[in-house]
Amino acid sequence: MSTTATAPRPAGARPGQERSYLGVETTIRSWLATTDHKRIGLLFLIATAAALALGGSLALAMRLELLTPEPLFMDDLAYNRLFTLHGVIMVWLFMIPVIPASFGNFLLPLMIGARDVAFPRLNLASVYVYLAGAAVVLGGILASGADTGWTFYPPYSTTTPTAVVPVLLGVFILGVSSTMTGINFIVTTHTLRTRGMHWSRLPLFVWTLYGTSIIIVLATPVLGISLLLVAADHAFGLGMFDPARGGDPILFQHIFWFYSHPAVYIMILPAMGVITEVVTTFARKNLFSYGAMVVATLGIAFIGFLTWGHHMFTAGMSTFDVAAFGALSMFVAIFSAIKVFNWVATLYGGAIAVSVPLLYLFGFLFLFSVGGMTGVAQASTSLDVHWHDTYFIVAHFHFIMVGGTMMAYLAALHYWFPKMFGRLYSERWATAAAALVIGGFILTFSPQFWLGNAGMPRRYHTYPAEYQTLHVISTVGSWAITGGLVLTLVYLIVALRRGRPAGPNPWGSAAFEWQTPSPPPRENYITPPVIDRGPYDYHPPQQEHEDHG
Amino acid sequence: MSITGAPAAAMAVALAQDPVQPRHPWDALVAALNEFYRRALGLPEQASTIAPTIDHLHYFQITVMFAVAGVIGIVTTVFVFRYRRRAPDQIGRRVDVPHTVEVPLYTGLFALFMLFWIIGFRQFTSLELPPGDALDVYVSAKQWVWKFAYAEGPTSVGVLYVPAGRPVRLRLTSRDVIHSFFVPAFRIKRDAVPGMYTAIWFEAVRPGRYPVLCAELCGVGHSRMRAEVVVLSPQAFDDWRQGRPALPPPDAAAATPDAGRVSGLEPVDRLVELGRAAAARHGCLGCHSVDGSPGQGPTWLNLFGARETMQTGEVIYVNAAYITQSMMDPEAEIVAGFPPIMPSFQGRITPAETAAIIEYMKALSPAPGLRRGREYAPVGGAPAGAAGAAGAQPPPAGGATTGAPGAANVQVPAGSTRAAPPQHRPADPGHEEER
Repeated sequence: MSTTATAPRPAGARPGQERSYLGVETTIRSWLATTDHKRIGLLFLIATAAALALGGSLALAMRLELLTPEPLFMDDLAYNRLFTLHGVIMVWLFMIPVIPASFGNFLLPLMIGARDVAFPRLNLASVYVYLAGAAVVLGGILASGADTGWTFYPPYSTTTPTAVVPVLLGVFILGVSSTMTGINFIVTTHTLRTRGMHWSRLPLFVWTLYGTSIIIVLATPVLGISLLLVAADHAFGLGMFDPARGGDPILFQHIFWFYSHPAVYIMILPAMGVITEVVTTFARKNLFSYGAMVVATLGIAFIGFLTWGHHMFTAGMSTFDVAAFGALSMFVAIFSAIKVFNWVATLYGGAIAVSVPLLYLFGFLFLFSVGGMTGVAQASTSLDVHWHDTYFIVAHFHFIMVGGTMMAYLAALHYWFPKMFGRLYSERWATAAAALVIGGFILTFSPQFWLGNAGMPRRYHTYPAEYQTLHVISTVGSWAITGGLVLTLVYLIVALRRGRPAGPNPWGSAAFEWQTPSPPPRENYITPPVIDRGPYDYHPPQQEHEDHG
Repeated sequence: MSITGAPAAAMAVALAQDPVQPRHPWDALVAALNEFYRRALGLPEQASTIAPTIDHLHYFQITVMFAVAGVIGIVTTVFVFRYRRRAPDQIGRRVDVPHTVEVPLYTGLFALFMLFWIIGFRQFTSLELPPGDALDVYVSAKQWVWKFAYAEGPTSVGVLYVPAGRPVRLRLTSRDVIHSFFVPAFRIKRDAVPGMYTAIWFEAVRPGRYPVLCAELCGVGHSRMRAEVVVLSPQAFDDWRQGRPALPPPDAAAATPDAGRVSGLEPVDRLVELGRAAAARHGCLGCHSVDGSPGQGPTWLNLFGARETMQTGEVIYVNAAYITQSMMDPEAEIVAGFPPIMPSFQGRITPAETAAIIEYMKALSPAPGLRRGREYAPVGGAPAGAAGAAGAQPPPAGGATTGAPGAANVQVPAGSTRAAPPQHRPADPGHEEER
């Protein structure tokens, strides 16, 4: 891949020992006060992994509690707090920041040939605002923990005696952090592309970060408004959503989902970007249709704003609204279908190496497809009446969020680990962990489709006895996922210390971020690269290969 | 979609046809397919007129989904095998496809999605629009009880009586937070929102009892906010509406042929049984357990004759007078530690039923000398009786491990009269509820 983007390569014998971003400074202060986008990405990687561990532990406790139809080791209130905090932590502390703030921060400047993001100090501030938000949320948990579900529906959320206000304010602060990241990414993408990096040559991961950032910047203020109003309702009796004072509880649902539905795309779009990068690298070929993928990305980002009402089909919304939101949801589905088709079609004619990131890609493809198609079924409105607020919904969004975003997160972790640290992990252990995670996922969440069909409502601490078998299967699956994730943590830490050196480009990828040493130097590229091809172009004019597929 | 050919065709017929049309060669196949899919998907029985229609759309979509997921899986597998990397430095072939290849595919998929939506939304509108002769029932929810009121005739708590074969429109509201009225067997659900009225309708096809679940998080009692729909024959429904206690539905009636005819002249054992049925019918057992487990209200186990401390600090003996007062004017004197949420049953419960319930509570509270250690149901075995919500069925002594045989798909939460008469399970004095 000797394009001009590979300026540092000709001296390629350098074993990565020149001053990589990891080695320039090693003091604690140099990490905590860094403005290097790569180090900030790693800080977010650690923070979000901690959030995953915390949110996952809560989920484990919840699944354990659901082993029996009657309470096992906690009371109703403790259970309600548990699923609320699981939701809040997983959505706002893990799922929303995980890919943009860690991998996005690390890779965006590398992919567009920039030295850093546009506002490095704002970037550093976003870390501490995130930590402050996390601290306030966790403080609320220690105070007494909210029991409203992560959706905070009033009037329950405005009357519950639990500590809703700190949790709301914490989430508000987290929104500020993600807005900082979003602004940074938009400005960076517009202003810091290197010479030759036309919009038509942007890697898809950059496009998805761009789409996500637009959603974040436009939608997060609305979340802030709704959360502050609930907090004011709860703390001062404002009455905005309290019918006893002339307020309207349905209004809250509209403005909450106006943010929180696009938030689904904040979580899934970067995941789609990761998958695109992985499929092209491991098939070593161009994307089936770059244009269709870009259009689908922007289409999801735009249409995603117009589908929030499909969370409210049974809430007492007008019948016309139900029709409109159902039909608009189908458009999002078609854009997602375009993406799935493109990923599969990209494999055609490739030179495919089945490596760990690709295993997670297969997991993603299957689980996201099932999750997406169940979404289509819900958007046909009449079926959703039965499924709404049952375990069917729980299964559906875990297929999208865990089957989609988590799979992409793990794919990204394994794909870019050598880029970040210059070392390789054990393929064998990683394959075993992938099998555990994907198998465990299917075991955990598939039974929940049947539970939902049978009419098991979500957020139920106790349940009728005939649902128990499916709950037990689901709980066992959660142990398999945990085993896989703990295993992953162990072998990645081992690889940090003892992993084989990766070399600059262990996967033989044409993507731009691999055209600089791994780990990259502090300034990313020694000389600013000049781009003369697309990101997935394995056939520069001078070296035509015959295929032998 | 060749994989889906036959079932999809059958489904299309099923969607188009009115189920009560005269015999048609397709009918038997449609019925068999319906039952196959329903069981495979774990759906509850189809107890309303709309349920089979909605299910047929469900089957159609699930079949298409399995086919699409299968195609994705097969194509991916074939590609991965066919185009596996054979040499470490091999790179893929550059494939440049004109966009015209994709357009028909996406158009076709979009047409399919819109077909789903058109069928689904037509069904949704039919869920929204009740026939003109629908019977109105006013449903009001509060933490954590469902109350049902009729334009004429009695009201009920925890049990919705409706006639079979007649459309019923529910007009829902809530007195506190948002709840959601969900009857899985009818495939209906609608939120009960404070400050507004929402509506949904259904027509039950046959007498029976079907669980009602609250589907919107409403606080700590959310998972115990269950009720039931009792579908009566039109005749039995009219009887009930004119003030005669409702006969239990047919299956339960077999066990107690003339339950409900409380005369006050029955032998005491009979009164206990009738009291248990009345307590179930009026929803008492949704909040008051009979096995000592905690609930919204004090457990009835060993309650009669016990000393209880009131919120005022006063100590009283629980006797017939106090129980009667609590039923009619529940907020007059409340046992310390319990919220003031019990509704009044004044005018809703007959004097004979009151007497029968008191006899039932007496039976649950044998004299202290007779109390023995508490019996436990096997874990995971007989949870139907293990908690307040399902407390109407103490597990039969001898440890039967499942609920009532052949019960509806979802356990009847409160007051199935099919179980054996309550075993008077004495509890050890240490478990006596002194809350």
